[in-house]
Amino acid sequence: MTNLTLPGLLDTDAIRKDFPVLQRLLHDDRPLVYLDNAATSQKPRQVLDVLAAYYEQHNANVHRGVHVLAEEATALYEGARDKVAAFVNAPSRDEVIFTKNASESLNLVANMLGWADEPYRVDADSEIVITEMEHHSNIVPWQLLSQRTGAKLKWFGLTDEGRLDLSNIDELITEKTKVVSFTLVSNLLGTVNPVETIVRRAQDVGALVVIDASQAAPHMVLDVQALEADFVAFTGHKMLAPTGIGVLWGRQELLEDLPPFLGGGEMIETVTMGSSTYAPAPHKFEAGTPPIAQAVGLGAAIDYLSDIGMAEIAAHEHAITEYAVNRLQEVPDLRIIGPNTAVDRGAAISFVLGDIHPHDVGQVLDEQGIAVRVGHHCARPVCLRYGIPATTRASFYLYSTPGEVDALIDGLHHVRNFFG
Amino acid sequence: MKLDSMYQEIILDHYRNPHGKGLRDGDAEVHHVNPTCGDEITLRVRLDGAVVADVSYESQGCSISQASASVLNDLVVGKPVGEAQQIQEAFLELMQSKGQSDGDEDLLEDAVAFAGVSKYPARVKCALLSWMAWKDATAKALAAHPA
Repeated sequence: MTNLTLPGLLDTDAIRKDFPVLQRLLHDDRPLVYLDNAATSQKPRQVLDVLAAYYEQHNANVHRGVHVLAEEATALYEGARDKVAAFVNAPSRDEVIFTKNASESLNLVANMLGWADEPYRVDADSEIVITEMEHHSNIVPWQLLSQRTGAKLKWFGLTDEGRLDLSNIDELITEKTKVVSFTLVSNLLGTVNPVETIVRRAQDVGALVVIDASQAAPHMVLDVQALEADFVAFTGHKMLAPTGIGVLWGRQELLEDLPPFLGGGEMIETVTMGSSTYAPAPHKFEAGTPPIAQAVGLGAAIDYLSDIGMAEIAAHEHAITEYAVNRLQEVPDLRIIGPNTAVDRGAAISFVLGDIHPHDVGQVLDEQGIAVRVGHHCARPVCLRYGIPATTRASFYLYSTPGEVDALIDGLHHVRNFFG
Repeated sequence: MKLDSMYQEIILDHYRNPHGKGLRDGDAEVHHVNPTCGDEITLRVRLDGAVVADVSYESQGCSISQASASVLNDLVVGKPVGEAQQIQEAFLELMQSKGQSDGDEDLLEDAVAFAGVSKYPARVKCALLSWMAWKDATAKALAAHPA
């Protein structure tokens, strides 16, 4: 691989030593080129060690029991909540709800609103606004809510360049709109969306704003106060943490007013046979034994990311993305699906290669040790919008190198020769 | 190279020049989708008494799924339904063999080229898409016109 340096790059030689799996050799001793980070990230030794130490030294259930391990486990779990709160600049730690992933976070919001009293209640007179570039996790919960309440579901369309079409924003978001939910960064197109414009309009009509930050939290500075959203959802496993831990941040007064969704242990104040009262947020929304080790692992991942710095990680990924976008366009018959510059764009790049099906592209790349994602990326409406059945997607992270971009380009030339 | 065991020349030939593609009259039509990758096929079966008179299809998908539909067309058109069903079962068995079977070449002819695909769990469904569609459409056609 080449040793090209670009302005803004991190010291990837040092970073990559922290990730055991990146040392793997695949078929015929080829180094792993892991370009599937939008699906899930790899995990550094520092996170793996914290997970092992948790189970080896501290494992207990949280918020009950007075023994040493229970107190340690509770302190570690709640300490992870403090780390998340600081990471997203939440005004209060009590605004951070742990879930199992971003899908659960978004389903939780949809169900809070479906069961809420006025003024939040979504009913047959309400409208819900989402966008055509959402991941299925930010489509289906709203379709379910719409079907169950009779609320009307409306969509922002997309431009040919892969951006949100905001030209009809005033017709889409109206006095009837109860909630607007959209992704900060598209998992398929890579587009970074103009939050402020949408939030302004939503605030003008009194609608709640939900932001899916699954593809943003791992890659950039995330400040829930600056976003001025009401809810922000993301998942841990895309940001160096284990699977099974997600976050829903919500504004405190909303979390106080809105009803719980899942009932069970942990989320109650008192229970009688007649009725129950609920614990204050965030516990009101965390029924049952939570993913304790996973939350602690998320805390360790946040420590790791924060040591490097989210602004520095964003600059690194921007440099890699710009290089990759330019080099991909050197490949004959390659069409990028999404913005073809690095401006307002994340590090996930989807493309089609002539009429070679993405499955075949991915298979031949895999043989060279290059891991990409192929398919509709759980965002099928986007594929339909651009008239394609599927894409190949390369997505980068803090440990990605220009040499890996070069490997991808060489690999794509090989794919063309193979099927040519 | 391992890839060559999946992408045999015979498979690439069928992919580039699929046999019997296009929709024609049929006694039954089905639409099957592989939800994990978006591959789709619309397939029609026309029976002439107890014989498979035609299998016609429109499809989009990877080379494996396209080639598989082409081979299916070659193998079952003109055969008695019972014999075609035996071929379908033999192909299904081959694809579920995880690379442990070479397939019965007398029965499966070109389709034994897919033996290598059976080593790739993510691609087995691609190879089976058209065959499962055919099985489904044939059952419908038989129900409509008992042989």
